[in-house]
Amino acid sequence: MNTITRRKFIASTAGCSLAGLFLPGNYAWAQWPTQAFGGKDITSVIEKLYGSSKMEDSAAITIKAPDIAENGAVVPVSIKTKLTGVESVSILVDENPNPLAAQFLISPGNSGDVATRIKLAKKSKVTAVVKANGKLYTNSRFIKVTLGGCGGPG
Amino acid sequence: MSIRIRTKNQGSKTAVKVLIRHPMETGLRKDKSGATIPVHFIREVDCTHNSITVFKAIWGVAVSKNPFVSFVVNQVSRGDNITVSWVDNLGQSDSKSVTV
Repeated sequence: MNTITRRKFIASTAGCSLAGLFLPGNYAWAQWPTQAFGGKDITSVIEKLYGSSKMEDSAAITIKAPDIAENGAVVPVSIKTKLTGVESVSILVDENPNPLAAQFLISPGNSGDVATRIKLAKKSKVTAVVKANGKLYTNSRFIKVTLGGCGGPG
Repeated sequence: MSIRIRTKNQGSKTAVKVLIRHPMETGLRKDKSGATIPVHFIREVDCTHNSITVFKAIWGVAVSKNPFVSFVVNQVSRGDNITVSWVDNLGQSDSKSVTV
C-alpha cells in the first residue's frame, strides 16, 4: 500500500528543490573540481586537480607580481612560460583558506601566458603549476600584503 | 553585469583581455550586522574563436571582484568572432560576442 500522502509528497519534493538551490554541487557542475577547490593543503590540492603531485621546478615559468601588494583583495599576477605543449596553468596561494585560486585550460598550440587578479588573505607564497606534454612543472614566488584580502591586516 | 573584451595582435598571436563585472563573494565576509554574505562567484569562463573553444578558466572564490583575465590565442583575423561567456555558482551566466 502506498503510504505517501499528497501532503508528504509535496513536502519531500519541496525539500529536494531547496537542496538543489542551495547546494549547486556535484551533479550539475561535474566539470568544476569541487574537491580541488575545497582542499586545504597545497600538495593534496594538486593531487586532486592533476591526479599526481609529482612536479619539477622550472625556470621556464615566470610569475610576474608585485613583491608587496598594497591591497590583498586585488593582486595582479601574470604567468609566462617558455614551455611548449601547455595544457593547463594553475595558480595556488599557500596561505589562503583554500589554496587553489584558478585553473586555466589552454587549447593545443597556444601559449600558456595568462594574467589575472587574485585575492591574498595574507603574505603568502604563490605557486604556478603548468602541465605541459603530460608533465607538471612549477615555480613560485613570495608576495607580501599590506592589507589582507579578507579585511584584516596581512 | 557586463563583459568587456579587447584584442590586440602580437605578431602571429593575439592577446585577449577580458573584464567582467561580478561581485566574486567568498562566502567568508560578514556584513555590518554580522551576517555572512553568501558565496557568489564565477566558476567557469569560456572563450571561443569562431565557435571553437580556445581558452577556459576555472575559478574559485580567490579571483578578485570584477575579474580580469588575459590570455594569448593563435592569430585572430579581421572579421573573426570572439565570444566570452561565464557561469557562476548560482547558475547565472552572461555572454558577449565581438567581431574583431
